This record gives sequence, C-alpha cells and structure tokens, in this order.
Amino acid sequence: MDYKALGLVAGIEIHQQLDTKEKLFCHCPTALRETAEHNGEFSRYLRATVSEMGEIDRAAKEEMKSNRMFRYYTYDTTCLVENDEEPPAPLNDEALAVCLTIAKMFSMTPVPQVHTMRKLVIDGSNTSGFQRTALVAFNGALPDGGQIETICLEEEAAQRVKDEVFSLDRLGIPLVEITTAPCMHTPEEVEQVAGYIGMVLRSTGKVKRGLGTIRQDVNISIASGARVEIKGVQELDLIAEVVRREVQRQQNLLSIRDELVKRGASVDAAGGTDVTALFKDTKSAVLKKAKKIHAIVLKGFAGLVGREIQPERRLGSEMSDYAKKCGVGGIFHTDELPAYGVTAEEVAQLRSHMHAVEPDCVVIVAGASEKQAACAIGQVITRAMIACSDRPVPEETRKMLETGSTAYMRPLPGAARMYPETDVLPVLIDDNRWAGVEIPELLTARAERFSAEYGIEKNYALQLASSDKLPLFEQSVKEGIRPKLAAFTILSTTTELRRDGVDIAKIPEQAYLDTWHAVQDGKAAKEAIPEIFRSIAGGSTFTEALAKLAPSVSRDELETIVRKIIAERKDFVAQKGMGALGPLMGVVMKEVRGSVDGRVVSEILRKEIAAVSGGK
Amino acid sequence: MDKKGVYITERDRMAVIKLDSGYNIGVPPVSCTLISRAAPVTPQQPQIVQDDKLPTLAIVSTGGTIASRIDYRTGSVTSQFNAADILTAIPELKEIANYRTIPLATILSENMTPPIWQELARAIFHEIKGGARGIIVTHGTDTMAYSAAAISFMVDSPVPIVFVGSQRSADRPSSDNAMNAVCAAAAATSDLGEVAVVMHGTTNDDACAIHRGTRVRKMHTSRRDAFRSLGTEPIGTVEYPSRKVTLTPDAVRRGTREPALHDALDPHCALVQFFPGMSANLLKAYDGYHGLVIAGTGLGHTSTTLIPVLKQLADNGTLIVMTSQCMHGRVCDRVYDTGRDLLDAGIIEGGDTLPEVALVKLMWVLANAPDRKTAVGMMQDCLKGECTRRSTHGL
Ligand SMILES: [Zn+2]
Repeated sequence: MDYKALGLVAGIEIHQQLDTKEKLFCHCPTALRETAEHNGEFSRYLRATVSEMGEIDRAAKEEMKSNRMFRYYTYDTTCLVENDEEPPAPLNDEALAVCLTIAKMFSMTPVPQVHTMRKLVIDGSNTSGFQRTALVAFNGALPDGGQIETICLEEEAAQRVKDEVFSLDRLGIPLVEITTAPCMHTPEEVEQVAGYIGMVLRSTGKVKRGLGTIRQDVNISIASGARVEIKGVQELDLIAEVVRREVQRQQNLLSIRDELVKRGASVDAAGGTDVTALFKDTKSAVLKKAKKIHAIVLKGFAGLVGREIQPERRLGSEMSDYAKKCGVGGIFHTDELPAYGVTAEEVAQLRSHMHAVEPDCVVIVAGASEKQAACAIGQVITRAMIACSDRPVPEETRKMLETGSTAYMRPLPGAARMYPETDVLPVLIDDNRWAGVEIPELLTARAERFSAEYGIEKNYALQLASSDKLPLFEQSVKEGIRPKLAAFTILSTTTELRRDGVDIAKIPEQAYLDTWHAVQDGKAAKEAIPEIFRSIAGGSTFTEALAKLAPSVSRDELETIVRKIIAERKDFVAQKGMGALGPLMGVVMKEVRGSVDGRVVSEILRKEIAAVSGGK
Repeated sequence: MDKKGVYITERDRMAVIKLDSGYNIGVPPVSCTLISRAAPVTPQQPQIVQDDKLPTLAIVSTGGTIASRIDYRTGSVTSQFNAADILTAIPELKEIANYRTIPLATILSENMTPPIWQELARAIFHEIKGGARGIIVTHGTDTMAYSAAAISFMVDSPVPIVFVGSQRSADRPSSDNAMNAVCAAAAATSDLGEVAVVMHGTTNDDACAIHRGTRVRKMHTSRRDAFRSLGTEPIGTVEYPSRKVTLTPDAVRRGTREPALHDALDPHCALVQFFPGMSANLLKAYDGYHGLVIAGTGLGHTSTTLIPVLKQLADNGTLIVMTSQCMHGRVCDRVYDTGRDLLDAGIIEGGDTLPEVALVKLMWVLANAPDRKTAVGMMQDCLKGECTRRSTHGL
C-alpha cells in the first residue's frame, strides 16, 4: 500500500513509568500490588466543572452520560493523596531529574519554570477527576530528522480492575510523556521512532520495565479521513499493525459512506421506537432480561452495518461502542440476525413493525430502563448519521484491542481542559541545574562497547543492551562471570525455554547469578543450565535444582566413571582410538547428568583413551 | 525559539504563559513580546426556570464555595454565588427547591469575625420572616463550626438552618461540594427545625451526616468526613443520591420554635488552651476581658500555679468557664484538689460543652443576660443542645 499517496500522517505519544523511590506527588512507594492485597475501598462520583463559557468539555460530557459511581481499592502502600483526601506533596525531585535527563538526551530546551497543571479526566481513573501534569521541556530532535515536540512529567492513572472498579497502587507513579510531531508517514516509520525513543528511555536506567510500564498512543489520519488517537499500545511489535489497520478502517468507512450515498441511505433522527412488546416471549436471554427494547430503521444500510472495516470489527461494532456509553451491553442488528436466540420470525415481525424494506437494516438495543434504551438508540442514530455524512470518519479517541484493531472510547478531548494545580508550587530550572544534568550512555553505544570489550556479536550486543535483563548482565560481569556465558543464557537459553512453555518470569535474577557461578566453579556444566532453569521455574529453589540435576562430581569420581565407561567399551575404543571421544562424551555426560563442565570431561576422556589405545 | 501563548500573571519574578496546548510555563518577563491584547470575553449567563410548585430556600453565602467556574483559556477559577450559576453546576438542586441567593460576604472562613456572625444572623432571620422554607449557609470549613454555634444561640428558628461547605475545592470533578450542597438542600426542606452542619459522613459519596450546630467539630484537616459530632450521634443523615433524610428522635423538628433574633454579642471574650509550664503572665494578658474559656487538661485542670491569677481575673469580673481539651467527656472539678481550688477561685464548669462552643456561648450570654448571676446560670444550662445532661454509654 502506498501510504504516502494516502496522505498518512502519524505522530506518537509515549508514556513511560519512571522507577523512582516515591510517587510524583506523595511519599508512597511506586509499588504495584495484587488487587487481593487491598486493605480498603471507597466510592465516589465525578462531575465535570462548568467552564467559563458555560460548557462542559465534550469528552467529559460523554463520560457523564451515565452517572457512574466509581469504587477504589486502597493498600498499605497508598495514602490520602491517592484518595484525593489530602493536598499533594511537592513535585518529586527525583522524577524531575530523570525527566530532565531524558530531555537533554533529545537535545530539548527546558522550561525555565515548571508549572503543574490539572488535566480534566473524569473516566474514574483519577480520584481527583484530573491528572496532574507539567510541561518540562520542548523541541527535541530525533536522529532521522523527526521532531519531538514536548516532554511532560505526569502522574500515572489508577489501574482499572473491572468495570468501574479501580486500584490505587498505580495512581501517582511518575510518568514521562513524550510527544513527537506528526512527522511519520509509514507504519514502519512509526515503529522505528517508537523503538528508538524507548531505547533512549531505557538508557537512563531509571524507567520501569515490563508489560504496561510503557504505553504508546498513536495519532493517525489519512487525507480524507480524520484524526484518531489510539490509546494504550503496549507492545512495540504491534504499532505498525495498529497504524495499518487504522488506515484500513478509515478507508473502509469512506467506501461505506460512498455506497450509502449511492443507495440514498438515510437515518430518521427521531425514529427511535419502543419495540419491547414484540419480544415479550423471546428466547434471547439478553432481550428477555431487558426492561425496554428500542429500535431504529437505518434506511439503505442493509449489509453495510455487518461489513468488516478491520479484522473482527464492523460498522455495527462502532455503533455498539457508542451505545455502550449509555450502559447497555451492545446492540443487535438485522445484518447478523437471526442469531443469539433471536428467531427468524421475530426478525420478520421486527422488520414489518418498523416498516423496514429489504435494503434497510434494523438495529435494536436492550436497556435496563426507558432512559437507558432511549440513550443507547440515540447513540446508534448519532453514529449511523456520521456514517453517511460528509465526514464519515469521526475524530475519536480509540483503544487498542488485543490483535491491533481498535474500539471507540470517547470523542477527542477539546484542546483546552487544563488549569493550574494551585496546590503544587512551580519549580525553577535554572542554568546551573540544566548544566548539571548528565547524559547516560545510549544503549546503542553500550552495545558497541559490549561488542568491542567482550567480543559479543553486534546484533547480539544490541539485543542485550535493550533487554530488560541488562542490569543483570552488568551485575554478572561485575561478579566475574564470563560475559559470553551470561549473554548466551539471557538471550538464547531463556528464549528457547520460553518457546518450550517454561515460565521464565518465575526465575529470580539471583538464580541466574548462582547458576553462572556454579558453572564457572565447575559445580555444574554449561549444558545443565536449561534443566536447572526448568526446575526453578517449576518451583524448586536454586540449591534444590542444582542438587537434583547436577550432583557434584569430584575429579577423582569423574576419572573413575570415565575409566569404567572405557573399560565397558574396550573393543570400541581400541577400534576407534581418539575417534571414540565424541561418542563417549555423550555417554559420560549422561552418566553425570550434566553436572560437570564438558571441557573437563573431554580432557579426561582424551587422557584415558590415550592411555588405553596407546595414543592411536 | 518562539512560542505563542497568553500571558496570565507574574509569579516569583517569572511571567506565567499559557500555551495553546493548555500548559502553563514560567519564563523571564524580558523574553516576552506583546503581540496583541486578548479581547475580554463576557461569560455566558445561564437562564434558569424555577418551578413554582417547589419550596423556596434561601442560600446565604459567606465565602464557602458551592460552585465554581473554570476559564480554561486562562486557567482561572472563580467562585459562583448566584442561583443560576449554582443550578448550572449542580442541576439536581433544581429538583429540590427554588432558591434565593444572598451574597453576604466573600471571605476565607479564618477571617470570620463576631460582627459578621451578627450580620449573618440578621440576614437569616430576615429570610425566615420572608417565608423561606429553610436556610442554607455556605461557609468555609475552617470556622464553620464556630459560626454554626453562633447562629444556634442568636437565632430561634422554626425552619432548618443548614451550614454547608466543601473540604476539597469545588473546581475539581471529585469535589464534595455538589453532594454536600444537594444533601444540604434536602436537609433544609426536611422536617428538621434547628441549626445544623451537613457534610460528608464518610469518605464515600453515599451519605451526609446532619450534625447539631453546637456539637460539631472539624476533626481532620483535609478529609471529606472531617466534621464529626462529639459526645453525641449526628442528629440525622441524608443518603445520596436518593436524598432520603432520616432524623433521630433527638433532632428538633420543624415548627418547634417561634422565630426570634437575639443578635447581641460581647466580643471581649477569649479561649485559651492550658499546657504544662504555662506562664501566669499569659493569663494576666486577659485582664479586663469579660469572658474567658479555658481548655484545661483532663477533667478540667490547670496547674496550681495559675490558680491565683485566675482568681484575680475572676475577682476583677472576668467570667471564666472551664472546658476540657479531651474533647470527649465532661469536666468535673470536684474530684481532685486542683479542681476544687479552681472552683473556689470562681471558675464555672462548662459541662461537656466543646471549648470553642463555650467561647461563642459566652460571647452571647454576656451580651444577653441581664446580670452576672443570670449569666452564670445560663452558662451552666443547656440552651441549644450545646451540652448534655447525661453522658450516654458508647460515646
Ligand atoms: Zn500516597
């Protein structure tokens, strides 16, 4: 696909959690917890504040469609600041220092005086109803000529446990938000830039690692489409796919619109109809449970509501997302019916009741109340009208689904929804402070150094430098472990085990170090590492694993074993001479179950074979 | 590098600029160039239709913020006092009543004074006479309990007088202002017939507690449920969002009292907390005061070294009332020698009256009692629920 011709423009926002001792605006640790460990709960409502123009932000208004009560889990590692029951502490200086380091790594210009703002967020993920955020620096450069617009220091939001329940452990963890200019024009370019920025961030050694600690938001538009912001892409490998699928979605929405116009499709804005009576004897569990069922005829939409716009997503999915904002579970449409317990007769009755003809599609929603059903059908009407309008791709904030497709979240927020956080004093970044910010070695540079100093192959070194086991590698080198042994274990052994279904995450870093020391001290063979790891991942301690898999064999014992094996295969050795070394090697290793270094076995074998065969 | 933005203010010798992105940054003023002056924008005035079938409540504002507006172009937050603005911000209020708003003062509650209590009492009385079904007083939380006590003594009211405020600023979406205001309006239209403070009952947005105006205290600096009834249970609750009001049998009912205003106060009174090692000279400074409340230790004690000075003050005409810094329980100066000596020195026991309520009461009693003997009697009587005759189990 020629993305440049399509006018693809993309920019990214990268959110990276920082690994500081304390949270951004309180003195709680930045520790993530299991929800089962929570020690309290409380519940709140959020409401948008009226702005000077008498308006409520459109994204906020959308969230307020249902007056939802949010529940929050507290922990012994959270405090009244997270509960929005106490004013914030001063801006965490450690976090600011990391942010300035990153800013300097991108050659940015710092803001002379940093002001913390409140950014309106009323989806429940912030107990206060706003996210505290401060612009720290701007105008950074990327190596390929791209531009970074800003870097902000923000507080992380609370983690959604389920529906309207949030966990407060994550709320307040420092986060840097890096925003690039809309300077990318292909999906691959987006992936490269995101990868580079991630590498720079990890180079500081002060960012959190692991899934969920870095999130990318992607801003995408194509020439006749609209700007869409896709939230929460957690895996770098998926970014390019997300961009490709969004382009596909926008193109399909455009072509559906063309088809609708050709058919003379129309939507009656006031056409929502109560059809509850039609389904009073229905077998569909969803409809049976509903207090009110509303329907709308979409004239000329037949077949298009069910048309796929990106993998697993149809125009109907978009309508469903809109309807869900009113609290309903989703929608049914005649492109997919009869199904879900709705019979062909019921569909026929519905069509006839709604005066729908063949080119029409009928959509129904099931609500727990008249208000909810009316709200949901109103949302379906709104989305259907957009589909056949001049601008069939609405400007939206969307969330990424597992495979790289996306679902509607809310309208793009209006630009101005920030006001000062008066409880936090501004912080001066004077010339002295900026001059004193030290730039750490880039991971790419570190990789070159590994390659040069330790003789590790270049590609391998780069993988190692960007691995989340880098601190482990550096520690191992410091402890005198052979760099190649550590690198091989970290990059190859674990990958193979993971492919085998072994849960690598269960192996503590100390076990890596213990294993390497055992190998270097001759207590275990290099070849035994996978088995030791497998055992530890299965729940053994390192000592248990070592005892089980690699009972220590002394050199004397080993020589006895070797002599015994040679004696048992006297003829074979006599016949093959040194040629027997290879085959016997396997026999010995099996006998000692990998507990001895292969080199030692080979050395003894060579000596003993020579003694028996007279050096033949 | 050039950035365009709106100049907001100057802070710590830096010019605060709001960028298009909404962020504020501080830059040296010399680095700014004026491009143009922003045209002033007049805020839209919302139109509100009131429902004649609903009762009318009077909202007297003293400075506590019940509603605010944010100008996202400048980031400025302004408090709103007129009915239309309040109803735009908190639409549920429209379902409860019609409102008349009386902007009495716009002060931080720490700047409250007895003369403003008097103005407040008169304004409230005027609204009661004018037929208001109930009164809501918006008030900063710091001294709300003092004001509620003052109004309790100054105004006899057949209708509820409800003090309300917010612990978390009204500009934040999580503010307790809206729920407190809705619950206050519900309480103000209920069967209640006395002065009360209506604020969050717990940290949850599920119910407000109705506290008697003379038994309530701010017990936390920042939590929503900072207000607590001491030595008694709250006199009622308002559930949210159902707005169901439940009153205890103890709560004074609507129509029980005839309206009356006794707005005289004697401000020459003080409250002093005793502490170990307190110098007698500190107390000497109160010479000439008409009334003095002491928050003593335990059952109501000061060190014996202070007793001669206290006796001298009492002999010179200062009415001295003993309360306890324990907050819970009543004083009893008949148990230990020190207490008996204090009584001999002419000090009056304040029962289980809270120290700051005793102060407000003393101001009122001294201005309204015909003579000292009556004043002493009134200080020992329970007038508006400020003290209890018996300490009940469990509180
Ligand atoms: Zn905290």
